[in-house]
Amino acid sequence: MAIKSDKAIKISQKHLLGIQDLSINDVNYILNESQKFIKLNQSKNKRLNVLTGKTQINLFFEPSTRTQSSFELAGKRLGADVMSINMSNSAIKKGETLIDTAMTLNAMHPDIIVIRHQDSGACNLLSQKVNCAVLNAGDGRREHPTQALLDALTIINRKKKIEGLKIAICGDILHSRVARSNIYLLTMLGADVNIVAPTNLMPKEIEKFGVNTFTDMKKALKDCDIVMMLRLQNERMTSSFLSSNREYYEYYGLTPDKLDHAKPDAIIMHPGPMNRGIEIDTRLADDINKSVIKEQVELGVAVRMACLKIFCE
Amino acid sequence: MKKQYFINANIIDPHNSINENGGLIVDEYGKIEAIGKKVNINNLPTREKPIDLKDKYIFPGLVDMRVFVGEPGYEYKENFRTLSNAALSGGVTSVVTMPNTDPVIDNVSIVDFLKRRGRDKSKINIFPCASLTQNIEGTNMTEFGLLAKKGIIGFTDGVKTIQNTSLMSKIMNSAKDLECLIMQHAEDYHLSKNGMINSGIIATKLGLSGIPDIAERIIIERDLALLEKNKCRYHISQLSSAKSVDVIKERKNDVKFTSGVSINNLSLNENDIGDFKTFLKLSPPLRKEEDRQALVQGLKDKTIDVIVSDHKPEDEESKRLTFSQAATGASGIETLLSLSLELYHNGSIKLETIIQALTSNPSKILRINKGNLSIGNDADFCIVDLNKPWIVKKENLISKSKNTSIEDKKLQGKVTNTFVKGKELFKI
Repeated sequence: MAIKSDKAIKISQKHLLGIQDLSINDVNYILNESQKFIKLNQSKNKRLNVLTGKTQINLFFEPSTRTQSSFELAGKRLGADVMSINMSNSAIKKGETLIDTAMTLNAMHPDIIVIRHQDSGACNLLSQKVNCAVLNAGDGRREHPTQALLDALTIINRKKKIEGLKIAICGDILHSRVARSNIYLLTMLGADVNIVAPTNLMPKEIEKFGVNTFTDMKKALKDCDIVMMLRLQNERMTSSFLSSNREYYEYYGLTPDKLDHAKPDAIIMHPGPMNRGIEIDTRLADDINKSVIKEQVELGVAVRMACLKIFCE
Repeated sequence: MKKQYFINANIIDPHNSINENGGLIVDEYGKIEAIGKKVNINNLPTREKPIDLKDKYIFPGLVDMRVFVGEPGYEYKENFRTLSNAALSGGVTSVVTMPNTDPVIDNVSIVDFLKRRGRDKSKINIFPCASLTQNIEGTNMTEFGLLAKKGIIGFTDGVKTIQNTSLMSKIMNSAKDLECLIMQHAEDYHLSKNGMINSGIIATKLGLSGIPDIAERIIIERDLALLEKNKCRYHISQLSSAKSVDVIKERKNDVKFTSGVSINNLSLNENDIGDFKTFLKLSPPLRKEEDRQALVQGLKDKTIDVIVSDHKPEDEESKRLTFSQAATGASGIETLLSLSLELYHNGSIKLETIIQALTSNPSKILRINKGNLSIGNDADFCIVDLNKPWIVKKENLISKSKNTSIEDKKLQGKVTNTFVKGKELFKI
């Protein structure tokens, strides 16, 4: 009982569906908890018993390598029983609806369900139908909260703060849930956020979320502390948004000459997987002095451990 | 049938410019014998027992120009019997049915079936539409002339739009030759591709593809340009944006056409979608509050002619899905009048204008002798308690499908009795 009341004070939500639903206290609590797991993940014995006896189901309707393995590892390191269901060859293919799948799994009494789905709002629908907590691992183009949290943690570890930093988010904003979650989180934490994309890849009225919008990458990158690149999501493109990848690279790919407009100590981030030579120059992606892309992956496990622990309790 | 006498009612019949306190006499054949202030207790024989309506309202039975019925093919969503009962409870006595059935209403033989079913199972007047193109594929025209002879009231592809401009031009010419009514759902598919809700901040926030208002405007402007030469009876089924209202206002003087608006777009805006409410996934989509206000203004200044329910019954299974997978449309025929009355109660529009948009205007466009209380006509009318408060509850809906866009909404004004051909077919 003590633990439950503890949670009630520290986190306002039952589910982690999006950054939009979180308060600044929620975010700080998750980030602080995440810090505690970073060391653990670097040590020899990575196993805790925090979630022993708990069941975690990973429900991935879209292919995913890093997010799925990250959630799986996070659960296992906390001692949970983790089951990952590959939905591409399951009942959904036989015509079962998301709600029926949810009811079936719910009958098995899981403690937490991690869901990734190609439709925006799928996690919201799931959360209304199950008794356990639901963690969103990406829904359509709406939100990817743990990615934004791990990005924030990476920035904090490098720059010691977020407030007052100038952060550019570049690329295919229209199709990006990572961009949306990061916009909510980084503006909430006091960063000055620039969004840069060709108009065809810029969501309507995005400026109403309190960001500055640019179509010229060099202007957007001027004096930035952080350059966050996004993957060009060719699989979500349904009509001609761009003339070609090479033109995109010319104007929106991160190259050393464009990066020169940012601060000298600017760091480069990317949620992965990268399209080298399309949105990022391969040398920059591998530049250990500037790129923190591997660190993002590493901290991702810590953030997901914190989220599992907090929302499972 | 016995003669029926109603007195002390507020009668509104826009067709006959009646807006007064008085009575109504229905004769033995279910026709209107007398109406107006001269029908009162002093002018009635003492042997008759008139029904005192105590200042309730009498409106002509409503004419709803955009209704989807599940017959044939989707009887589990709505059939003629359930549709009639739902309509009657909302004071609707005549409906124009959309051809988006399975099979599509696109040939003479299916019209025979439809008319038989309508006659045997329906208690209200059914005016069926046929599709503009065969199987609603947007390529080959249907037989307007033969279908019209069979009793088809108008032609529309319902939820679909004619994209091919050359075909649209030919459709208009045929319609002109044969004096047929064409109704267009205005949506450019390239612009609305994958769209589910209004393009803008809500779509961005929910991560859904948007339908920009220009998708509607482009088709309206195209059709009105064609209409300059090919003058046919042309009706825009539903407007949804301020921009569209501007366009039709500007063009009304030089081209002859009519337009309608769904009660959903008059009463709700995109913010009502909230946390992915699939019952509010509509076509055209709900737009911004400014758009809603422009539509209300358009109705008020009579730029827009008609209010429709856009009644589209969908079963639970079609709506209990993610937003992108869920079916489009809301059930609305039962709440059409009560929700319209909200615009009167909140002072937006005069009562007479609302009733006109629900009765005489659609009848005039359709060229039918309905939606009025003229002497000698069928006594199709409803009695309304204008102030009665009630709450829309899914479980109380009569329609076979419960996908109302206004679940739990508090409304003021309720139909208490509905008559068709003098017969009381609904009573609270």
